[in-house]
Amino acid sequence: MSKNVSSDRFRKVDVDEYDENKFVDEEEGGENQQGNVMGALQAVLKNPPMNTKNQALKDRAEGLVLKVLSSFKSADIEKAVQSLDKNGVDLLMKYIYKGFEQPTENSSAVLLQWHEKALSAGGVGSIVRVLTARKTV
Amino acid sequence: MSYYNFLLEPISCHAWNKDRTQIAICPNNHEVHIYKKEGGDKWLKIHELKEHNGQVTGIDWAPESNRIVTCGTDRNAYVWTLKGNVWRPTLVLLRINRAARCVKWSPKENKFAVGSGSRLISICYFEQENDWWVCKHIKKPIRSTVLSLDWHPNNVLLAAGSCDFKCRIFSTYIKEVEEKPSPTPWGSKMPFGELMFESSGTDGWVHSICFSGSGGRVAWVSHDSTVAVATGSKNTVISSLRSETLPLLGITFITENSLVAAGHDCYPMLYVYDEGKSTVTFGGKLDIPKQNAQRGMTARERFQNLDKKASSETDKATLESVHKNSISQISILEGDKSKCSKFCTTGMDGGMTIWDVKTLASSMKDLKII
Repeated sequence: MSKNVSSDRFRKVDVDEYDENKFVDEEEGGENQQGNVMGALQAVLKNPPMNTKNQALKDRAEGLVLKVLSSFKSADIEKAVQSLDKNGVDLLMKYIYKGFEQPTENSSAVLLQWHEKALSAGGVGSIVRVLTARKTV
Repeated sequence: MSYYNFLLEPISCHAWNKDRTQIAICPNNHEVHIYKKEGGDKWLKIHELKEHNGQVTGIDWAPESNRIVTCGTDRNAYVWTLKGNVWRPTLVLLRINRAARCVKWSPKENKFAVGSGSRLISICYFEQENDWWVCKHIKKPIRSTVLSLDWHPNNVLLAAGSCDFKCRIFSTYIKEVEEKPSPTPWGSKMPFGELMFESSGTDGWVHSICFSGSGGRVAWVSHDSTVAVATGSKNTVISSLRSETLPLLGITFITENSLVAAGHDCYPMLYVYDEGKSTVTFGGKLDIPKQNAQRGMTARERFQNLDKKASSETDKATLESVHKNSISQISILEGDKSKCSKFCTTGMDGGMTIWDVKTLASSMKDLKII
């Protein structure tokens, strides 16, 4: 018999809870309510669902990003974009263009403001990378 | 820096002869025209090479043996030799069923490589007994059109950039024409067609690729506006820079650490590679803009701009660069890849510009070419 049968805590772990498709981002909602929009932006741009083929997961991520972007005040957008690194700006551009694909009531206006600031930070190169990306966000 | 406009159509490709007095260009049709420098700034057309049935997509002029190889969309390549005052073509059967895209003589000029849309590279060498150019194919693992080629100084390794988003280095060792090559940083076993290196991480078609002067580094530009450099070693590390410009179409090393690249933004740019930190950084824009007289805007112009373009900035409708359209090819004019003093760019505006590295370095104050 193997030696490590002394602990059987592993039997009480519910593996299905850790399935990535069921993963719901709880933190951003919390930070949004507290007013920490900068932190919310960083959190929502971490771990983009690029490698999954699960469309529902991607849609949920896009919805979250849109919520965070709309909760910013116009004056803070520029500061938020400056705080992102090069990869962050590219990722933000990908989400912005994804949001353009399905316009809702005021999403386009907000997204256009973000687009202007992201363009001045990332240049046309970031837009080219949105167009040529093999894995969409 | 001197600009000469050859024609109104794009220049598909160009090649210089050994002493840089003649240039062979393809004026976007089935022919190759050779121009000779006539003192000062004048160029005179001295030859027209008409043999291709499709657009000529690649020209290379071998400096020592004075032969020109051309390849075109008619799936053929011709090797031209100068007999007396006429260029005579010799057909090379490439055995491809799609257009040829690029061609390059090897450093010793005993072989040349042709990249094509049939997802393979044809390596052609001359067989003395049959008095005929024979070609061998490199197929695996290329999955799409080969857009660009460059040879390593050891005459065996060939770098190929292709539309399947990868840059690869192959061995083209042919035992009939050369001896076994010695080990290089890219590997030591080099049978024909062996894949020595394959890149990953960039997401666009690889438009242009270049070995450094020593052959220890390879740089490439791809369509997702990135510039990447890899140094050959046991664990090759790829350093890339996501640039903020439009995609680049041509790149070349001008020293071991500095690269000049140009593309759809119509001006050449300098990039600096730091092997220790494994980074590529943007060194500066290499275009000297004309000094326009600063005219103030009248109120009428300001309102017109506001109405038409929703901005009251000064009129930026004209391009300030020398080339008025994308630059498609860069070639070294004087010096070599480890120490270049002049390079030449041709573009889709039908123009050719010769850039002098020393003048550029002195006029741009924070330009550092290391």
